[in-house]
Amino acid sequence: MLSTIFSADFFSAILRCTTPILFAALAASVAQKSGICNMALEGIMLFCALFGVLFTSVTGNFLTGLILTMIAGGLIGMLLAFFVLNLKTDEILAAIAINLIAEGGTVLLMLAVSGDRGSSTSISSFSAPTIAIPLIKDIPVIGNLISGHNLMVYLALIAVVIMHIFLYKTPFGLKIRAVGENKNAAESVGISSRKIQYVALILSGVLASMGGFFMSGGYMNMFTTGMVSGRGYSALAASAMGGNNPIGAFAVSLLFGASQALSNVMQLTEIPYQLVQMLPYLVVLIGLGVYSYSVMKRRQSLAGK
Amino acid sequence: MADLENNIVLQMNHIMKIYSNGVVANEDVSLDLVKGEIHALLGENGAGKSTLMKVLFGLESPDQGEIVLNGQATTIKSPQDAISKGIGMVHQHFMLVPSLTVAENIILGVEPRKNGVFIDMDQAVSAAAEIAEKYNFDLDVKAKVEEIPVGLKQKVEILKALYRGADILILDEPTAVLTPQETEELFIQLEKLKADGHTIIFISHKLDEIKRICDRATIMRSGRSMGTYQVKDITTEEMSRLMVGRDVVLTFDDKKPAQVSDVKIQVKNLSVRNGQGVLKVDDLSFELRGGEILGVAGVEGNGQSELIDTLTGLNKHYKGVIEFKGQDIAKSSIKDIRELKVAHIPEDRMVSGCAGNLNILENMFSNQYTDSEFSGKILLKLKRITERTEELIKEYLVKCKSYKQNVGMLSGGNIQKVIVAREFSTGPDIIIANQPTRGVDVGASEFIRRRLLEFRDAGCAVLLISADLNEVFSLSDRLAAMYKGKFAGLFDDVSKVTEAELGQYMLGLKHQEEQGA
Repeated sequence: MLSTIFSADFFSAILRCTTPILFAALAASVAQKSGICNMALEGIMLFCALFGVLFTSVTGNFLTGLILTMIAGGLIGMLLAFFVLNLKTDEILAAIAINLIAEGGTVLLMLAVSGDRGSSTSISSFSAPTIAIPLIKDIPVIGNLISGHNLMVYLALIAVVIMHIFLYKTPFGLKIRAVGENKNAAESVGISSRKIQYVALILSGVLASMGGFFMSGGYMNMFTTGMVSGRGYSALAASAMGGNNPIGAFAVSLLFGASQALSNVMQLTEIPYQLVQMLPYLVVLIGLGVYSYSVMKRRQSLAGK
Repeated sequence: MADLENNIVLQMNHIMKIYSNGVVANEDVSLDLVKGEIHALLGENGAGKSTLMKVLFGLESPDQGEIVLNGQATTIKSPQDAISKGIGMVHQHFMLVPSLTVAENIILGVEPRKNGVFIDMDQAVSAAAEIAEKYNFDLDVKAKVEEIPVGLKQKVEILKALYRGADILILDEPTAVLTPQETEELFIQLEKLKADGHTIIFISHKLDEIKRICDRATIMRSGRSMGTYQVKDITTEEMSRLMVGRDVVLTFDDKKPAQVSDVKIQVKNLSVRNGQGVLKVDDLSFELRGGEILGVAGVEGNGQSELIDTLTGLNKHYKGVIEFKGQDIAKSSIKDIRELKVAHIPEDRMVSGCAGNLNILENMFSNQYTDSEFSGKILLKLKRITERTEELIKEYLVKCKSYKQNVGMLSGGNIQKVIVAREFSTGPDIIIANQPTRGVDVGASEFIRRRLLEFRDAGCAVLLISADLNEVFSLSDRLAAMYKGKFAGLFDDVSKVTEAELGQYMLGLKHQEEQGA
């Protein structure tokens, strides 16, 4: 097993497992920076995993399918914003509603379209392509590590940089951070906090949709019921542990992704697979525990105890 | 001001504002501003000053009346609208984003850009520095707002308004959080702004400050204007009478000498850090005996809140020893501490003082519901509780329709009375009062202060933290100035220290050698 772990394939598996969590963690951080906890990530990802299959199948092209999926994700984000900002619904309750609708709605929709309630094998969809980077792919060792991943993997990595620049270097990012930290201060200088939070949630929805798209069009090549299986929630944890900033969220997502990859490899061993499948969630739980404990310890040590 | 009529920049005529809950906040209020004057808006809490300014700043729309700006009737729809018309406001509670820098706060909403998409940070920093220099404000624009003291935060607020081109500047109780020295500095800057052609509305209820800096004053009482006066033609006594409607006792001349008994609070080498790890209480030691009031003055953020949170058991992470009546409280829960007859009047009445959505009765009994007088084995003795609540409402002069009214619906002063009634009704030995009269009207303040003195005379130990120097001076038997988590000065005889001197200790300009308090 060790030889598997120290191979280029395993590295690629880590990136593949990290990508959906990373997209969602970026989605969580931009929403959190604007002052809203977007717990609907799970539902948005699940919806968009199915939409990805349907849209690419209908358009016959992965790119238009991806764009349509991103629009759909943005719309769900906007729906959440409408409930939270206009109707003043509790943000957690609205998110739970979206997640539950996604759970049942995706099955219903798939059944209506394909007649199958388990997976979308009968729908011919298109996945995002694998990218071989010219020149770099020919470099020994490094070439295999850097080149040859799915397009969405590269997009996720680029998104980290873009989100960092967006949040910390642009006027809009400054406004998002100001609204999230002190809404009254932002309002007092004429910033519409509602507008800012709308944009943040729509953006959050778009990012989550890309994570969902990758689940059924890259990570796997079909939609299966409940395939997001908690990645949206893990991403919330990743974002929080990463201090709600894109770079931090990336680091923690990588840890969660690695544990997922490890779990996938370990399913081939003698250990009962039910136990192995628990691993990524166990890592999230332990991670949160360690994080909270370190925060508490730091407070105590600072207090001199 | 010879040609007064020609220089009027703003008129608010016959403004009427009735809130949806039926409160008449402004009734036929008129105000005019002459270019380049500092105009005081004077009145007690709830007199309608804030509402009038909210109307001017576009936060509330008036039900009747008109606003004439530079000779033209206008409506102000939003703060943004007000800003674009050259009206800026410095709110009493700062509207700043703590984790951003001074420059970022100043440019927030009107960011300079480079390449169309990015913030031009260099430009932002130089623009902020330039405007700070222009008005002689000495501050580091690259510092984070959370790291600068209160006095500077206020300067950032003023600069924010000036950066947006404000000609008319509304300052809502700007000196409430400042030391005498900082106040003096602010006044010098305000005079410079005035000389520069800016018009300033100065909201306050501190008469001496108005005498000192303002040209004219409009006095408000219960939603109505009591007239506008040339400040030099009116005495503080007259202003006070117009504002309150009666003469107010500002000092307690009948205060008896303190009869101290045994030590009730003993604090030894106490250090506390806040959540960010900043040392807020630094190796502090003091003791407090029964029958005396120890007043702690200090600029906000110098460790007072952390000290109180630690003493009352809200924060359990500390180094050092705290003993109440000889008993170490390190392992005591808040309930244990309260059972030592410790009463706590918290700093923020809405956050930790009361439950706004519960009624007066429920709030009054939130600290005594386990008492066998009021509770049986399973059910509460509601009849007895109701009787007692009604007694307390009468005794503490709480203005309400009935005990069933939700506390959140009462005015600030009455909420504070409910809290004080609850805390004092248990017959405390130790009272820890943090800003007990902040935002409370003059009448209720006087009532609460008198109660504190009564408890002191009955042998209670009172720790009084207040930003109101008048209050600490008139009540305290001993007086401490807190600066950066230490008592920079501790005075056993209050009469031997002046406000200005205390201010120097509060600012850290002066330090006493640690004396074994």
